Amino acid sequence: MFDTFPLWPARASTTAGSVDALFIFLVTLSAMVSAAVFTMIVVFAVRYRRRRGVAAEQIEGSTALEVTWSVIPLFIFVVIFVWGAVIYFKERTPPRGATEVYVVAKQWMWKLQHEEGQREINELHVPVGRDVKMILTSQDVIHSFYVPAFRIKQDVLPGRYTTAWFHPTKAGIYHLFCAEYCGTQHSGMIGQVVVLEPAQYEAWLSGGGASGSMASNGQNMFQQLGCSTCHRFDTQGRGPNLVGLFGKPVQLEDGRVVTADENYIRESILTPGAKIVSGFKPIMPVFQGLVSEEQLNALVAYVKSLSQSPTGAAGGPTVVPSGAPPQEPKVQ
Amino acid sequence: MATAVIAPERENYLNQEYGIKSWLLTVDHKRIALLYLVSITFFFFIGGFFALLIRLELLTPAGDLVQADTYNKLFTMHGQVMVFFFLIPSIPAVLGNFLVPLMIGARDLAFPRINLLSWYLYIIAGILMLHCMLTGGVDTGWTFYTPFSTAFSNTKVIEAGLAIFISGFSSILTGLNFVVTIHRMRAPGMTWNRLPLFIWAHYATSIIQLLGTPVIAVTLVLVVLERALHLGIFDPTRGGDPLLFQHLFWFYSHPAVYIMILPSMGVVTEIVPCFSRKRIFGYNFVAMSSIAIAVFGFLVWAHHMFVAGISLYSALIFSALSYLVAVPSAIKVFNWTATMYKGSIRFSTPMLYAFGFIGLFTMGGLTGLFLAALGIDVHVTDTYFVIAHFHYIMVGGAVMGYLGGMHFWWPKISGRMYPESLGRFSALIVFLGFNLTFFPQFILGYLGMPRRYWQYPPEFQVLNVLSTAGSTILAVGYLLPMVYFLWSMRYGKLAPANPWGASGLEWTTTSPPPTFNFEHTPVVDWEAYDYENIPAPEEARVAG
Repeated sequence: MFDTFPLWPARASTTAGSVDALFIFLVTLSAMVSAAVFTMIVVFAVRYRRRRGVAAEQIEGSTALEVTWSVIPLFIFVVIFVWGAVIYFKERTPPRGATEVYVVAKQWMWKLQHEEGQREINELHVPVGRDVKMILTSQDVIHSFYVPAFRIKQDVLPGRYTTAWFHPTKAGIYHLFCAEYCGTQHSGMIGQVVVLEPAQYEAWLSGGGASGSMASNGQNMFQQLGCSTCHRFDTQGRGPNLVGLFGKPVQLEDGRVVTADENYIRESILTPGAKIVSGFKPIMPVFQGLVSEEQLNALVAYVKSLSQSPTGAAGGPTVVPSGAPPQEPKVQ
Repeated sequence: MATAVIAPERENYLNQEYGIKSWLLTVDHKRIALLYLVSITFFFFIGGFFALLIRLELLTPAGDLVQADTYNKLFTMHGQVMVFFFLIPSIPAVLGNFLVPLMIGARDLAFPRINLLSWYLYIIAGILMLHCMLTGGVDTGWTFYTPFSTAFSNTKVIEAGLAIFISGFSSILTGLNFVVTIHRMRAPGMTWNRLPLFIWAHYATSIIQLLGTPVIAVTLVLVVLERALHLGIFDPTRGGDPLLFQHLFWFYSHPAVYIMILPSMGVVTEIVPCFSRKRIFGYNFVAMSSIAIAVFGFLVWAHHMFVAGISLYSALIFSALSYLVAVPSAIKVFNWTATMYKGSIRFSTPMLYAFGFIGLFTMGGLTGLFLAALGIDVHVTDTYFVIAHFHYIMVGGAVMGYLGGMHFWWPKISGRMYPESLGRFSALIVFLGFNLTFFPQFILGYLGMPRRYWQYPPEFQVLNVLSTAGSTILAVGYLLPMVYFLWSMRYGKLAPANPWGASGLEWTTTSPPPTFNFEHTPVVDWEAYDYENIPAPEEARVAG
């Protein structure tokens, strides 16, 4: 029966449990508050219904009562706020070492690519028990990546990356919805997240289809587009050395310090003039409109791979940079 | 006895002049209120018609009744018509227009001609909106999110934007008129703390209208400029920022919710003391909570954007501030309830609507606590949970209050009584129909059904069928009052000056009032809601 008339969504991520706990608390609280208010109204309405010869008793009010019923709710609100904020803080902070999936949304389709290179459309395969970080962008309007079973949702914006992450706990097939209205086929922009047991996932992953990891594709582009002529792996390049850059603070020419996250790399490729690294000249050409979102993702994945430890965590760089061998990252 | 004080042929604002010209050129606030009443009722039924089509489409999981594009236009225009052409003008422009001068003992609003101008602006905007709907419509959602609205939609975005832009000026002028009137035109003795709380609520509302509406106007102009002239303001491919639009839009559109709900709270605050024969409990707290809602309401807009890509820390701040605005709302609910304590309560139609308001507003407010909780908002924002929540506030709350107010003051407005039993029946039908329509949507939302979906997975069907069934009951509940109000204008019993035994200056003049409201300028030497000095109306109503 519950397949056709479910009353509770599937619970398939670590986040889902904590969201449900707060939700149940709030449902209970609301039920109690409404029951109290409605009971009082009904009791007063019956007990003090108009009767001949019985006049109302005039009461001006009571400051003590007013303070009581302002302060107690306020105290409860603080509890709810903190509880909700703690969940949100976790939702918005992807753990280190998460598997990364790049998502490009467009009217009306989800295009996903795994670090390992596998591409999917409207379908995402992930293993149980591993952190998965999504790096999302849109080719056109705003979309929203929503998996109810994971209780996560993140708007997907054109012109920048947003991120989301989840940790699947239960194998199964779950809805993927677009939750931000995006035009004619908004309700058709749906898909599914297939959560597999790790062994099945490995089998799926080795099922072929991928032509090299995203980072290695990115490395090829890095050569083809001529990036490597200036961004050398020594201190002689006309552009900054990118080894070890990702995640580090960058001193800019105008005095600001920014963190080299995905959005910074993205912006520095598309519109390099926006943020000039201290000590360098604004000579890099603009790539806005010259690379597709997928190519850009590969380039970003490559630049990120230059900052992973060469001793080889899973999915680490298999690339040996051309030019001089990597040296200690030089961050200004 | 009731009819003894009434001379039917007595001159009043309705029969002083006849003919279409006397209406279209009137500067009488009461006649302008009626002009608004007719216009917003027209738009209410258009918006309601769209809503019924939406619900019928959602009866089945497949998109089969209308095309996807048509569906998108239906929910867009349902929202735009209901928000900008019904809810925002509803109570202020009809009941506020009619009652603000009467309640404070003034002859008219401070600027009668500007009042008429505001109606004409509304009508121009309305005609533009109708033209837009009849020649293709618009499909951006009422929220006009960029860059969809500026660079992708191929519907009549500019026309709809201009219509709403113009209607905004009508709203600003109404607010301006109320602020000046309340400050400058109170009768002798009508001090600020003797004002009916309906006036305090309208004062707070007017402040939002004055300060918030210009922002949406500017925002819509920017949308039009980007769409027509391709300026890069919101579209990232032209160097714009799509989130900037959302900040500007919600800076107005969140406080706009309080434009809709504060006047309803004002209505309920008049009704509950009257039918409890008691002073309002905690006058100062109720008055100040209106002002607090108006002020805090301006500081919470980004709670619509928790998953939109704003920074973690700004999300924390906007979540905390959203809880702050919940406190004054809670204060009001507790004070209405406490007012009934040791009262002498009568279940007349307006009181039933007020009960309905308190119930539905409480549920709408409590579910607002869910949405302000960051971790939960991520899951339920942009789902039917949000749809249910804001309909509980804006339809359950605002419309219930509007109808309660219409039933309370209809004898004053029309000079006629409506059939009481039908009135109580309609209040019951609206309450039941409303809950059947919208309660299942809370569950749908938590299950994950996104809003603005033309087709949906089959497991959501049972709840959608319940909701659609409820909407037909709700439609009957809304049609009934219109039918018996119209009927009463000809066949209803003549209303006495004060059929409910209510306090307030509007009840001291005849029903309907003369054009200049009062024979003599009233001098107020009593406190608001002095029900100990006003006899209950039972004796006067034995025939009823």
